[in-house]
Amino acid sequence: MSQTDFHYQKKDLPAGLSKIGLVLFVVGTVLSLLAFFIDQERAVFNYLVTYMMIVSIGLGSLFLIALEYIAGADWSTPIRRIPEFFAGLLPVLLILVLPLLIFNHDLFHWAHKEAIAEDKILQGKAPYLNITFFIIRTFVFIGLWSLFYWVMTRNSRKQDASKDQTLTKNNIRLAAIFIPVFALSLTFTAIDFMMSLEPHWFSTIFGVYFFAGIVVAALSAITLTVVKLKEKGYFGSWMNDDHLFSLGALLFAFINFWAYIAFSQFLLIWYANLPEETFWFLTRWNGGWAYFSIGLIVLHFLVPYFALLTQPSKMNPKRLKFIAVWLLFAHLFDLFWLIMPNMESMKNGYVFSWIDLVFPIAGVGLIIIVFTFRAKKENLIPIGDPKLKRGMDFHL
Amino acid sequence: MNNDKKIFGIAATFKTPDEIINAAKKVSSSGFTEFDVNTPYPVHGMDKAMKIKPSKLGFVTLVMGLSGASIALLFMYWTMSVDYPMVIGGKPFFALPAFIPVTFELTVLLATVSTVIAMIALFFRLPDNKHPLHDTDYMKSVSADKYGIVIESTDSKFDEKSVTDFLKNLNPLKIEIIYYPPEDSYPIFQPKFIIFLIVVAVLVSGGTYITLNKLLYTVPYNFMMDQDKLNPQKPSELFADGRGMRTPVEGTVARGFMPYPYTGQTNPPEVLANPYLPTKENLELGKSKFLTYCSPCHGNFADGDSRLRGQFPNPPTLHSTRARDFSDGMIYHIITNGQNVMPSYASQITREERWAVVNYIRVLQRAKNASDSDLIEMKKETGSNVTN
Repeated sequence: MSQTDFHYQKKDLPAGLSKIGLVLFVVGTVLSLLAFFIDQERAVFNYLVTYMMIVSIGLGSLFLIALEYIAGADWSTPIRRIPEFFAGLLPVLLILVLPLLIFNHDLFHWAHKEAIAEDKILQGKAPYLNITFFIIRTFVFIGLWSLFYWVMTRNSRKQDASKDQTLTKNNIRLAAIFIPVFALSLTFTAIDFMMSLEPHWFSTIFGVYFFAGIVVAALSAITLTVVKLKEKGYFGSWMNDDHLFSLGALLFAFINFWAYIAFSQFLLIWYANLPEETFWFLTRWNGGWAYFSIGLIVLHFLVPYFALLTQPSKMNPKRLKFIAVWLLFAHLFDLFWLIMPNMESMKNGYVFSWIDLVFPIAGVGLIIIVFTFRAKKENLIPIGDPKLKRGMDFHL
Repeated sequence: MNNDKKIFGIAATFKTPDEIINAAKKVSSSGFTEFDVNTPYPVHGMDKAMKIKPSKLGFVTLVMGLSGASIALLFMYWTMSVDYPMVIGGKPFFALPAFIPVTFELTVLLATVSTVIAMIALFFRLPDNKHPLHDTDYMKSVSADKYGIVIESTDSKFDEKSVTDFLKNLNPLKIEIIYYPPEDSYPIFQPKFIIFLIVVAVLVSGGTYITLNKLLYTVPYNFMMDQDKLNPQKPSELFADGRGMRTPVEGTVARGFMPYPYTGQTNPPEVLANPYLPTKENLELGKSKFLTYCSPCHGNFADGDSRLRGQFPNPPTLHSTRARDFSDGMIYHIITNGQNVMPSYASQITREERWAVVNYIRVLQRAKNASDSDLIEMKKETGSNVTN
C-alpha cells in the first residue's frame, strides 16, 4: 500500500468509552475520599501508588515517542498517536501531585522536624530532603515533561495538515534533548517519591529499576490499546503481524530488563549483607510481605516471560492483550510493593483493607478520560509523517 | 566455456533490495523450491517472499539453554552444597542468589554457541566445506553491494534455457551459470592455507611463550610480584613480634573443638568416662584408626610387636594385667596426652575417634584373654569349635 492510495478517514472512538471512564473516575474518587476520612495515612500512601502508576504510563509513553524519533524507527510511526494520547497524562500531574505535597507529613519521615533533630543521618541529607526543595524539584520536573510533551505532540499534530518534514527534524532534536532530561528527572522522581519514603535507605540502581518498570507499564498500555483498536477496525489492513511482533518483542525485552535490574539490586544488597541496606528487603519479608515479594517475581517476570517466549506468541493478539493487562497489574503491584511497606503500621506485615482497592479504579478512569479526550480531537494515525508509508509497509 | 561440466545453478544479480524481494516473490510463486537468495545483509520480508517455513533452530536453543541452566545449578549444588560444602561470606551452602549469575551465563553460553554450531552443521552440511558458490564472481558481488538469487539445478522445474529466460524477464544486472567445481578441489588443503595455519600457530604459541615466560618477568610488567603482603618464611615488618598473623585471644576455643582440660597430668580424674557405646560402627572406626595410628608401634593385635625393627623403642604389650586394669579414661588420657616416649595423638585422632580406639583396644584385650564363658558364648554364636 502506498501513501497515495491511503485515505485516512477519522473514525471516532465509541462514545460509551468516555462514559465508562467518567463513571470509574467518579466512583473511584468518591470511594477514595471516603477512604481518606477513614484512614488518612493509608489513603495518602495508596494515592501515591496510583499517582506513580499514572506517572509511569505518561512518562513511559513520552519516552517511547522520543525513542522513536531519536532511533529513526519507522515501524511504530503509524501507532505513535497512542503513546501521544497516553502522554497527555503528564500535564494532569500538575494537579494530581497537589495532595501528595499537601499531605507530605503523612508520607515522608524526613518531613518531620522533630525526627531530623535527633537523627544525624537525616541532618546530613536535609540539604536535599527538605520540603521547599522537594516542591521546587517536583514542579520543575513535571513542568519539563509537560513542556516536551506539549511541543513534541503539537509538532506531530501540525504535521497532519502541513506534511512539513522539518517538524520531524525538530522533534528529533527535541527528543535528543529530552532523553538526558528524562534520565535525570526520572531518577530524582524515583528517589523523591519512593526511595525517600525510607530516608535511611539507599540504592544507586533505584532510578534504573523504576525506568524498567515504567517502560513495561507504558508498553503494556500501548499494546493493549493497539490490539483493541486493531480488533475494532480502527487501523487499516496495513497493520500486520510484524507490527504486533515488534510490540511483543519490545515488551519481552523490557520484562527481562526489569528482572535483570531488580535482581542486580537484590544480589548486591544480599551479598554485601550490610544492615543499613538489607533492612529494606527484610521489611519486605516481614509477615505477609514475603508473599508479595515472591508474587512480584512470578507476576512481573516468570509468567510473562514464558507467555512471550516463543515467536508466535509475540504476535498473537489474544496473548498480547492478556499479557498487557497482566503486566499493567504487575507494575501496579510492583509500585505497591515498593511504597506500602514503608507505612509505619505495615512494617511488620501486610494487613488487608478495602482502601487498597479503590484508588486504582479512579486511576483507570482518569487514564480513559484523558485518552478519549485526546483521541476526540486528533487523528489516530499521524497522516502527515514522512515515515508513515515505510511504517505501514514494515516487514521483519 | 566447457559444456561438459555439471551445472549447479543459474544466478542473477540485482541492484536494490526491493528488486530482490520482487525477484524472490516471482521465483517462489512460479513453483521453484530449490533456490536461494544471497544478500550482503538480512533483507526485511525475505522469509515471506521466499515462502520459507519458520526455522526449527529455536528448539536447539531452547533445549541447550535449559540444559545450560540445569547443568550450572546442579554443578554448583553438587560442589558447594554436597561434595565440599564451604561457608562463603556467611551465606547458606545452597545460596541461590549467588548462583543466578553463573546460571544465567551458562544458559546464554550454551544456547548461543550450540545455536551457531547447529546452524553451521545443519545449513552448511558439515563436514562438507566446499560449496559451488564459493570463489565465484557472483559470491564476491553479493557479499559487497549486490543482491543475488540462484535457482539450483536440483529443482524439478530446472531447465537451462527456460530458467535463463525466466530470470532475464526480471531485469537483472547480470546472469551467470555456475558449475560444480572439479571433484578433487578442496580449498582447505591448499598449500597456501596450510602454510597460513602453520604461521598463525607458530606466532600464537611463540607470542604466548614469550609473554608468559619472559615479558611478565621484566620491568615494568612484573609489578604484580611486588605486593604489600607477607610472603612465606619472611618476617612481618608491621608487627613488632615479626609474626604475620595475630594469636587468638587467651581462652579462645575453635568451633567444633573440645579443649582437653587434663593435659600434662599423670592420671586423669575418674569422671573421665567413655561417652560412646561399642557399637559396630564405633568399633569399625576404632579399628581403622588403631590400624593407622597405633599398630606401627603397638602391633596389629596390641602385642607390642612393633613393625619398626628397632628404630624406635618397642612399647609394652597392652595385654598385661596393668594395661587391662586401666580405666577407659586412662587409655584416652594416654592417647591424648602421650606417655614416656609416646607423643600426644590429639592432633591426628579426633576426640570421637580416640574413644572409638579405646573401645577397640578393649575388644583386643578381651579377645586375647578370653574367659571360658566367653568361649562358650562364642561357640554358641558361631557354631565353630574354637580350640586355641
